[in-house]
Amino acid sequence: MSRSRLVLGLVLLLAIAALAAFPAMADRFYLQLVSKIMIMAIFAMSLNLLVGCTGLVSLGHAVFFGLGAYTLMVMSPPDEAASLWLSLPAALAVAGLAALLIGFLVLRSSGVYFIMVTLAFTQMFFYYVTGSKALGGSDGAYIYVKPDAMVLGVTPFSLADRVQFYYVVLLLMAATYLLLRIVLRSPFGHAIQGIRVNERRMRSLGFPTFRYKLASFVIAGTLAGLAGYFDAAQFGFVSPDLFGWRQSGIALMMVILGGMGTLYGPILGAFALVLLQEFLMDQTKHWLLPMGLFIMLAVLALPDGLGGLPGQLRTARRRLAVRRA
Amino acid sequence: MPEPVLRIERLSKHFGGLAAVSDVSLDLHAGGVHAVIGPNGAGKTTLINLLSGDLKPSGGSVLFEGWEIAGLAPDRIARRGIARSYQKTNFFPGFTVFENCRLAAQARLDSAMHFFRPAYAYGDINAAAERALALAGLESRAGAVALTLSHGEQRQLEIAMTLATSPKVLLLDEPLAGMGAEESARMVALIGRLAAEHAVILVEHDMDAVFSVASVLTVMVNGRVLESGAPDAIRRSKAVQEAYLGAAEDAA
Amino acid sequence: MSDSVIFFLIQVLNGVQYGLLLFLVASGLTLIFGIMGIINLAHGSFYMLGAYLAFYFAAHTGSLWLAVLIAVPLAVLLGLVLEGVLFRFLYKRDHLYQVLLTYGLILAFEETRSILFGDDVHGVAVPGFLDFSVRLTGTLSYPAYRLFMSAVCLAVAGGLYLFIQRTRAGMAIRAGSVNREMVQSLGIDIGLVYRLVFALGVALAAFAGMIAAPVASVFPGMGNQILIISFVVVVIGGIGSIKGAFWGALLVGLADTFGQVLAPQIAGMTVYLLMAAVLLWRPSGLFGRAA
Repeated sequence: MSRSRLVLGLVLLLAIAALAAFPAMADRFYLQLVSKIMIMAIFAMSLNLLVGCTGLVSLGHAVFFGLGAYTLMVMSPPDEAASLWLSLPAALAVAGLAALLIGFLVLRSSGVYFIMVTLAFTQMFFYYVTGSKALGGSDGAYIYVKPDAMVLGVTPFSLADRVQFYYVVLLLMAATYLLLRIVLRSPFGHAIQGIRVNERRMRSLGFPTFRYKLASFVIAGTLAGLAGYFDAAQFGFVSPDLFGWRQSGIALMMVILGGMGTLYGPILGAFALVLLQEFLMDQTKHWLLPMGLFIMLAVLALPDGLGGLPGQLRTARRRLAVRRA
Repeated sequence: MPEPVLRIERLSKHFGGLAAVSDVSLDLHAGGVHAVIGPNGAGKTTLINLLSGDLKPSGGSVLFEGWEIAGLAPDRIARRGIARSYQKTNFFPGFTVFENCRLAAQARLDSAMHFFRPAYAYGDINAAAERALALAGLESRAGAVALTLSHGEQRQLEIAMTLATSPKVLLLDEPLAGMGAEESARMVALIGRLAAEHAVILVEHDMDAVFSVASVLTVMVNGRVLESGAPDAIRRSKAVQEAYLGAAEDAA
Repeated sequence: MSDSVIFFLIQVLNGVQYGLLLFLVASGLTLIFGIMGIINLAHGSFYMLGAYLAFYFAAHTGSLWLAVLIAVPLAVLLGLVLEGVLFRFLYKRDHLYQVLLTYGLILAFEETRSILFGDDVHGVAVPGFLDFSVRLTGTLSYPAYRLFMSAVCLAVAGGLYLFIQRTRAGMAIRAGSVNREMVQSLGIDIGLVYRLVFALGVALAAFAGMIAAPVASVFPGMGNQILIISFVVVVIGGIGSIKGAFWGALLVGLADTFGQVLAPQIAGMTVYLLMAAVLLWRPSGLFGRAA
């Protein structure tokens, strides 16, 4: 047991080291790509808290991603930088508050109905923003200057510098991972996992499960807002697509592909999906076809996602050993 | 005679035209096992479900320490101090035995918002879980994954989880279900020990177990109470023999 | 009759026609989900498939009816192949995997369509003998084809009702949704029931796409559009309930139509607002069993 944990810890450390060393050898394109992947990894990890840990399959997670992005846009004047220290907390607050309100409404439903009502909200936001001239409508809106990290006259880092942006995002991804680890080990974390496995028993033990689910929803939504904020900061552009079901679906795919049984699974999923997309897009204009086939294959062959692959291999090896014996 | 811990008055539950439980009244006192027996379909499990909040009653009242609890949600009833065990083992298969109990003990925490300290650092909860495991006789299996337990051990875990919530009232729904002779004897001894500190309602089919541990018996037939009283009186009662015990002896 | 009343009546007719069309698609979806327990995101792709097949065969044979006659069996065949190769692995799986697998299927479908038929928008001609307007009142005229569409959809709805409620196959289907094991122990091959239900669902969706083609045209993304709306219908009506799908479809059809004309700024949102409202009032849909 502890041997595999040691291996895991080592692999994670190596991965962080590799990511930290990456800017030294990567060109501009790949630097931006990996930054984007890490932002999506934060998004996917936040959804995993809902789906993998609490057992709430939400197709509406993009709402909070979009809110984080659009808050930055709204707070960014056309030719100046918004203050990071004002706009980021604002984005998190908006996403978190929205999660509180929406969660309060949707968590009354369960099962497929829950999936659908979250889908309803994500589509509502999509259509609302599309129809809103103030927010740029279907054309979207630009953020011309990246947020400024100046505080008390000192600028500790500049998000306009690609390498520094990369490191900020890497730090945030690591911090998100650590935060989720801490939360999952806490009584709260154990409780939501209990809810995922057997909500009825949790209630009969005395847990007010609605409160737990709502808290999970709010934490996940706030983290999604964080991802959305930096997505907008990176590309300087927001559009209603950030709110729609496709964006929600992408996050869900990353979580499932990466495997819901682990915390690092969604990170794997994010890397796998985006890198695969880049690779396929280079090969053919009809890249969605092999992408679709890959997804189907992955679902059939990897019931626990990529993160569950070690476990699957272990079980397969054990079975082989038993057969040979 | 001290006040009953639980006073059930004219409790009923209808499903459409079917009266699963009708006009049931019962007093539960602390420090003894009150067994509820009856043939299949008598409404015993429905009664437990009504008391635990898993079902909402159609009529009647349930007073727990003077407070009306009929119709409350299961988690509110549980927090008041009434815990139930399930006939079909109802736990968290992937967690270890200890984790199952600790999770149950966590229900006693004042709030849900404990995000940062790891669960194993909560001394009170750990102690409650260990106590429950010791009472149920499962300390040696604390680290085993619940799914790998034998059937008898799983039934023990079911009880341990109920105990970990430090309840005042225990509603035990057929705890001996599917157990062999030796395991049953252990479980009966456990139930006897529990009666000292809790008020226990026991639903069971195993008559030997019931008569060896119960201090009061209530016989239910077709959703109603047929008779209620001390074990000897029930054993001698002609009505009960006809309705139930006779049939059981024929079958045995 | 005053202009506004005429306007109102036309919108009602439009709403009902759209709703009835939605019912065809949604009923297939609710059957597949209610009975087989499978969330099929690719259901809209069958609608699209029907439309493209209709376009293709109509262009080659000059007749929409011939196209329908050829295309429906083709669509059903494809559906059965997919069921055998893909969907049968989903019966026991989590909803999550079904969602993901069928999402991959959508991507594959869309791209294949793009490769085979290109990305242009196509039109299908309204069959000649239906290409006129019916005079309903002094000043109110309404396209005959649309009335015909509504009539056909109603007929199919009626046929579906009779099939499910009055035939032995229908009874097997209803039983299968409630208790799979019992149906099997009665000697009925549940696999066969599932294949039948799936084929039925595909046929309904494809047929809907075909008859809608002259009115809605044939374009990329039409599958996704109708899919989401159909899901909304299924959820509003209650999963597994054909009756729910019927009333849900009419509600959605009317809400969407009136939403488009009365409040174009929030046009797209009306349907979702309706669904959110229904679910907040009845968390399991209008006629659904609690999850």
